[in-house]
Amino acid sequence: MFAQKLQKQAEAQWRIEPFDRMHVPVVVFADEELIREMDEQVYLQAANVAALPGIVKASYAMADAHWGYGFPIGGVAAFDPDAGGIISAGGVGFDISCGVRALRTGLTYDQIQGNEKELADVLARRIPAGVGSEGKVRLSSLEMDDMLMGGALWAVEQGYGTRTDLKYTEENGRMLGAEPRYVSDHAKQRQEKEVGTLGSGNHYLEVQRVTAVYDEAIGKAFGLALNDVTVMIHCGSRGLGHQIATDYAPRMIKAASEHGLELADRELACAPIKSDVGRQYYGAMCAGINCALANRQVLTHLTREAFAKLFPRAELTLLYDVSHNTCKVEEHEIDGKRKKLYVHRKGATRAFGPGHPSLPEDLKPVGQPVLIGGTMGTASYILTGTEEGMDLAFGSCCHGAGRAMSRSAATKRWHGKDIVMHLAQKGIVIKGSSMRGIAEEAPGAYKDVSVVVDATEKAGLARKVARLEPLVCVKG
Amino acid sequence: MTTAYWELFSHPADIGIRGVGPTKEEAFAQAAIALTAVITDPEKVRPREVVEIVCIEQDDELLFMKWLSSLLYEMDTRGMLFSRFEIEPIEGGLRARAWGEPVDVERHEPAVEVKAATYAGLKVKKDDAGNWLAQCIVDV
Repeated sequence: MFAQKLQKQAEAQWRIEPFDRMHVPVVVFADEELIREMDEQVYLQAANVAALPGIVKASYAMADAHWGYGFPIGGVAAFDPDAGGIISAGGVGFDISCGVRALRTGLTYDQIQGNEKELADVLARRIPAGVGSEGKVRLSSLEMDDMLMGGALWAVEQGYGTRTDLKYTEENGRMLGAEPRYVSDHAKQRQEKEVGTLGSGNHYLEVQRVTAVYDEAIGKAFGLALNDVTVMIHCGSRGLGHQIATDYAPRMIKAASEHGLELADRELACAPIKSDVGRQYYGAMCAGINCALANRQVLTHLTREAFAKLFPRAELTLLYDVSHNTCKVEEHEIDGKRKKLYVHRKGATRAFGPGHPSLPEDLKPVGQPVLIGGTMGTASYILTGTEEGMDLAFGSCCHGAGRAMSRSAATKRWHGKDIVMHLAQKGIVIKGSSMRGIAEEAPGAYKDVSVVVDATEKAGLARKVARLEPLVCVKG
Repeated sequence: MTTAYWELFSHPADIGIRGVGPTKEEAFAQAAIALTAVITDPEKVRPREVVEIVCIEQDDELLFMKWLSSLLYEMDTRGMLFSRFEIEPIEGGLRARAWGEPVDVERHEPAVEVKAATYAGLKVKKDDAGNWLAQCIVDV
């Protein structure tokens, strides 16, 4: 029913005009092929978001959108605190600040060729990954609060990385507004052994090779050239973030009903930004973001140690770190006026255009690096934010390939061992403790990341800079 | 009267867990086995240590959420997997005993960790024949 209401607005941009309880339209960024395959649930969920109080401009779905909880994954929505706007735990997701960071290694492909297996072994030994894995960092409750306040800055102060790393991390590595007192003891206890762990599911650490540079000038500004070796780390806020979402969902369901908000779906759990629950969730979620930033920073350190063992001349420098499950207070122009909005990105990447004040000086002329992770058998992409995108979708774009098939369907279709063998023939070394886990993450279970990225570029949300193909993948 | 059972059901990105039984508590216990099945084969998990869990909540569906969230918390903080459950109703909620053992990566080959139980697909209900069903989608 929703798909029939879609109207093509522009290249790779579709619109559903508001009807029933919707305050704003739904805008979908996708090409014809992606639109044909898109689940009807995405439109329904985006329309439910469009009916939430205080939403501004539109409820957006990115090219990789798929059926999520409450909000679609690949959903972006901004709310105005002065117009009764809400903040939603469901709009951020369970893995708060799940994200990607990319590192240059200073090495070219010919320098590591033939050593991929050894490198995979060293990385797999150093990086705690998978169910039940524990990090080496243990925190007392005071240290836990310091970590939740300090984020990647905390990690650097503990010796995990450099000050320069912070410059190339969103929020300079530290999300202001964190309030650890609003994070439950249960959440903190879940994190005690999980600082510096990769997690599982679609999380990974990948060594990659640059196989295409689409824009030489921006590639140069990002320090990327053909055949360079890079590292990509995909993970989030671990048990702490999951528990924050678990803790606040029922509180927000209750708050929504107390404030007379009718929710079409309980996963839309939300509270007015200007309410106790809303403010407390924001403080806890910011702490969750810091947890994820600290986690990726510690993993960066471990990756550097692993490379140093095999390649003493390698120098791993941070290209950028993006989070794709967040709610952030940002200033955007609405009807000619600057407004502070609570921008929810759930499975969507911030993609600020050139000149944005939050970017480091050297990136201001070219825009924010946008990191799009693929699957273990396909490519990942680095894009850059555009000025146009600031206006189109609050400076946001897609975050990955997006699943096309359920986990159970994937395990029926593929066996982990076959995938590992097949990828080995393509020269990709996979390290993972569970064959079923590998089957569930089969490259074929995802949409074609190239199609998603091309649609994103056509829509004007971001511009392609480089393509990276995997050499080694340590699966979570 | 049906025999109690559990099953997994499909979701585009994640996975659904379902427990069925003659009582609400049995349905919850079966759903907990399904939760373990998302991670590993429950048959591989030996019931060697017991953990006690108490959940207080009036609403059946919210109680089910609390039960699963408490289990996830115990699994995460203790580094354990569980395979056998006994649940009894108490005033305003439930008291449960869960048996399991620490995660053994070699033997359990855990496929994925469960991040959270979600309200998506959430149902706790009794059918006309008197059987209870408890289900939801979990985020992995």
